[in-house]
Amino acid sequence: MHSMTLVELRDGLQRGDFSSRDVVAGLLERIEARDGELNAFITVTAEQAMDVAGRADDARANGGAGALNGLPLVHKDIFCTRDVLTTCGSRMLEDFVSPYDAAVVERLASAGAIMLGKTNMDEFAMGSSNETSYYGPVRNPWDLSRSPGGSSGGSAAAVAARLTPAATGTDTGGSIRQPAALTNTVGIKPTYGRVSRYGMIAFASSLDQAGVITRTADDAALLLKVMSGFDERDSTSIDHPVPDYEALIGKPIKGLRIGMVRQHFDAGLDEGCATAVREALSELERQGAVLSEVDLPNLDYCVPTYYVVAPAECSSNLSRFDGVRFGHRADNVEDLLDLYCSSRGEGFGAEVKRRIMTGTYVLSAGYYDAYYLQAQKVRHLISDDFRRAFESVDLIAGPTAPEPAFGLGDKTDDPITMYLNDIYTIGANLAGLPALSAPCGMVDGLPVGLHLVGPHWSEETLLQAAHQYQLVTDWHKACPEAYK
Amino acid sequence: MSLDKEQVQHIAMLARLRLADDEFAETVDKLSRIVDFVDQLSAAPTADVVPMAHPLNQTQRLRPDAVTEADDRDHIQENAPETADGLYLVPRVIE
Repeated sequence: MHSMTLVELRDGLQRGDFSSRDVVAGLLERIEARDGELNAFITVTAEQAMDVAGRADDARANGGAGALNGLPLVHKDIFCTRDVLTTCGSRMLEDFVSPYDAAVVERLASAGAIMLGKTNMDEFAMGSSNETSYYGPVRNPWDLSRSPGGSSGGSAAAVAARLTPAATGTDTGGSIRQPAALTNTVGIKPTYGRVSRYGMIAFASSLDQAGVITRTADDAALLLKVMSGFDERDSTSIDHPVPDYEALIGKPIKGLRIGMVRQHFDAGLDEGCATAVREALSELERQGAVLSEVDLPNLDYCVPTYYVVAPAECSSNLSRFDGVRFGHRADNVEDLLDLYCSSRGEGFGAEVKRRIMTGTYVLSAGYYDAYYLQAQKVRHLISDDFRRAFESVDLIAGPTAPEPAFGLGDKTDDPITMYLNDIYTIGANLAGLPALSAPCGMVDGLPVGLHLVGPHWSEETLLQAAHQYQLVTDWHKACPEAYK
Repeated sequence: MSLDKEQVQHIAMLARLRLADDEFAETVDKLSRIVDFVDQLSAAPTADVVPMAHPLNQTQRLRPDAVTEADDRDHIQENAPETADGLYLVPRVIE
């Protein structure tokens, strides 16, 4: 049962083949047995999950069941969960028990979904390998010596290892899509403003967006429909109709115009990945998609732009951690200034401190124009590149990451090498565009992801293309041998 | 190195971060590499470009200035390191 998708579980529950209690008990047992080696979870909410499963079974029997009734999932530990530990992967929030639920958590729970636990992540979502977590790195189920990517690495590893059919994640520069690519799962980051950020611990507020990691595009469609929609508690939430994604993805892709980004296949891309992505595009072409080449001339500016804008916003957002109202507080301090500096110095890890300091520097007097203002101008150029590309194509396609999963410890010495792993994904965040990664091949036994980016509000087209691809290919069904 | 130890010390103070002595050398080195890396932005052709304000050109929505949330102070303060009578305690500020 552990290898079933949400849609399969939903159908099985409806037929009465098994109960939600059976499903949840089975997965909890599997998490207990297998997560020791993966470290994908920070908290497992076993007792609560069994209670909710019991209620879901009752609701089904009484005919009052929601769209996700009795279906299990896990939340990235960046989402606030009422009366449950919410650490954001940081020592700073080691003891933080949230007094409220994030909008995403609330919406999924109201539809009947069952939370199995909270997943490990890079500290405050700052990282591309899960190695910045205070709770230790997550291991990739495809090879335990490798990283599952990050920052939603715990969510991706848990889905790939069949410890859960689905997980929530957040994506500021690729944090859903890159781990999805590295673990053979599907990850979607919706349009900026599509999903409420209320109760999602902020990293860079003009880039952060919540999404999901699943094993199929139709499971992603099922969850996204429930998660999306206007929320007045998030001032950047946009009131835009939510389509029935699940109903729309069945449409064939004949005539869909897909642009291959010329610059994506330049130096820097692993050859095996390039071949797998080209193969996937040929498959889409066989189904009727029309391929052409497009240019994103400012692609090389994406990563440096991001590493000005994101740290600037993080330095502001993370100023709330002061050792006074919540979070870590240092002992034996001399005065109030010492309380702030020591609590933050002890509570944050090295990468988070570096990003706060980078942000502080680019916003400081004398440097603001040269860095922050310039980066926001370049962000406009990057956004215009996409706008021009979408005048001639419906979707843009390429690789999600420049290489398959890398070894733990391989990139920790040089921050720039690590940052460049997100070169293909960051543009979508800078321009607020929806984007998806789907499994499309293997290189030496390691998964490769196909990256699709669409214009604003084109989630259904992304999901449709991925679903139609999954109807005629089997890459998404590949499971690491040890987790079958 | 584009940044020296004094600059990093100044930035750390602005950011209210205490760095341990053994963190310093690495922080100066890695922050310098990051600053060198983002320096390439100065070459981008931005002469007539307006800085981006919002990815979808939306303006910030405002809500009426009205109380919408119930008092949940005691529950919220369960996460505070030190409180008394509903107040947050910090080291003495005024002698």
